[in-house]
Amino acid sequence: MLQFPIYLDHNATTPCDPRVVEAMIPYFTNNFGNAASRNHPFGWQAEEAVDYAREQVAKLIGADPKEIIFTSGATEGDNLAIKGVFEMYASKGNHIITCNIEHKAVLDTCKHVEKEGGEVTYLKVKDNGLIDLAELEAAIKPNTILIAIMYANNEIGTIMPMKEISAIARRHGVLLFSDATQAVGKIPVDVNKDGIDLLAFSAHKMYGPKGVGALYVRRKNPRVKVTAQIDGGGHERGMRSGTLNVPGIVGFGKACEICLNEMEEETKRVSQLRDKLQNALLKIEESYLNGDIAHKLPHVTNIYFKYVEGEGLMMGFNKNIAVSSGSACTSASLEPSYVLKALGLGDDLAHSSLRFGLGRFTTEEQIDYTIEQVTNTVNKLREMSPLWEMYKEGIDMNTIEWAHH
Amino acid sequence: MAYSEKVIDHYQNPKNVGTLDKSKTNVGTGLVGAPECGDVMRLQIEVDDATGIIKDAKFKTFGCGSAIASSSLATEWLKGKSVDEAVKIDNMAIVEELNLPPVKIHCSVLAEDAIKAAINDYRVKNGLEELKFDESVIH
Repeated sequence: MLQFPIYLDHNATTPCDPRVVEAMIPYFTNNFGNAASRNHPFGWQAEEAVDYAREQVAKLIGADPKEIIFTSGATEGDNLAIKGVFEMYASKGNHIITCNIEHKAVLDTCKHVEKEGGEVTYLKVKDNGLIDLAELEAAIKPNTILIAIMYANNEIGTIMPMKEISAIARRHGVLLFSDATQAVGKIPVDVNKDGIDLLAFSAHKMYGPKGVGALYVRRKNPRVKVTAQIDGGGHERGMRSGTLNVPGIVGFGKACEICLNEMEEETKRVSQLRDKLQNALLKIEESYLNGDIAHKLPHVTNIYFKYVEGEGLMMGFNKNIAVSSGSACTSASLEPSYVLKALGLGDDLAHSSLRFGLGRFTTEEQIDYTIEQVTNTVNKLREMSPLWEMYKEGIDMNTIEWAHH
Repeated sequence: MAYSEKVIDHYQNPKNVGTLDKSKTNVGTGLVGAPECGDVMRLQIEVDDATGIIKDAKFKTFGCGSAIASSSLATEWLKGKSVDEAVKIDNMAIVEELNLPPVKIHCSVLAEDAIKAAINDYRVKNGLEELKFDESVIH
């Protein structure tokens, strides 16, 4: 029996896996100790739980537990990595290279760094959402200290060529940071095989709790340090002060363990459902895929339906199906997605895009229902779309003088 | 953001979707908005030559639910009105009727603009001079 609403917005957040919640519960009540209390069993118990979680988290990304700094989430990890490297390596240089489809947590942090006297190059992605490696290498200068490129994009799901990027970074002795929030737990990420020096990710994108994440900071070849952004008791090897969120960290650890154990099987199942959805929706006339079709996360697809507007489209089924639109029509700015615009999509097509994010608990029945609902709504809205009528009559819409408002 | 019941009703059961024959002299067509802005409205009126009463009105809209609802409501209000009465339809009346939130006021402005554009198209076709309107404040 199909239950509503159906959740297809797993790139925004995921539900906690019940096994994660179960692991967390004792750490709210009986085992409530502060992991920094070194002198009694309450503290020891909490510390032990954190150490265990640190191992679970490290294992998922092929790191050493000592290289994991717990944070409040990926936004904090992005801030700590970029600002922390900028301050720590000030004597070596002040130039950072990133790209124009990064998450706002990276872009806004880079803007902050620019205000502090840093220099930032924003690489433009190609139409498929990937960066040009030759352009990256050409952007490196003697004062470049950091390359910050996301592992996978949150709106279109494209996966960046991290191994090739890290080879370039290594060759020039530049550190590589990656916001891997969308990738960790979904696809194999290995900081050593991938050659990444700093990596930020978050528990709530992989069936863990909100409010907890980690920054991986490499300790060997090279040893990387970041300047702390939160001062206090010197927790997390002095890089991130603040009492550890023990239940959150325990849940994060459990979530990582489950992802590691079940990734292969889950990827197979979810990507089959994604492909079914994607293929069916691309069969609708004048619908197209956003982002590279091959280098893509297994659980997401982003499609634009020409001549219908995304928010209007979502309204046709958003009581029953939760997805996300490339149109930011509900926000005061009315600006469509900067990620989609970076792919060279005009504002009109960015407005007509929908992101579908599948997850661990998505069923085939839900996908079948979604295909039916989206298809029907697209058809219905096109019946009332003046643009669709013009398209069908063969009118070139570029010849019309639109009243821009 | 939740839509008002009236917006949802117009979205689900839009009134007067369609196309009138724009080659007829008694049909006025207004096309406003732009695809890049996320809304395009086309509103048409058919005027009874003898009485000057709008006997039919149709719309097609590319846009969000509020834009669809605003144009659907506009066609309902237009039918049965004289052209002179129709010109007085104010966007704020649409805002009130549909309970539009502040970020959606532009949808009602667009509907008002579409009405005026359709009326002017009708006037020009029938040898009357174009009416001049104050620039809308919201644009």
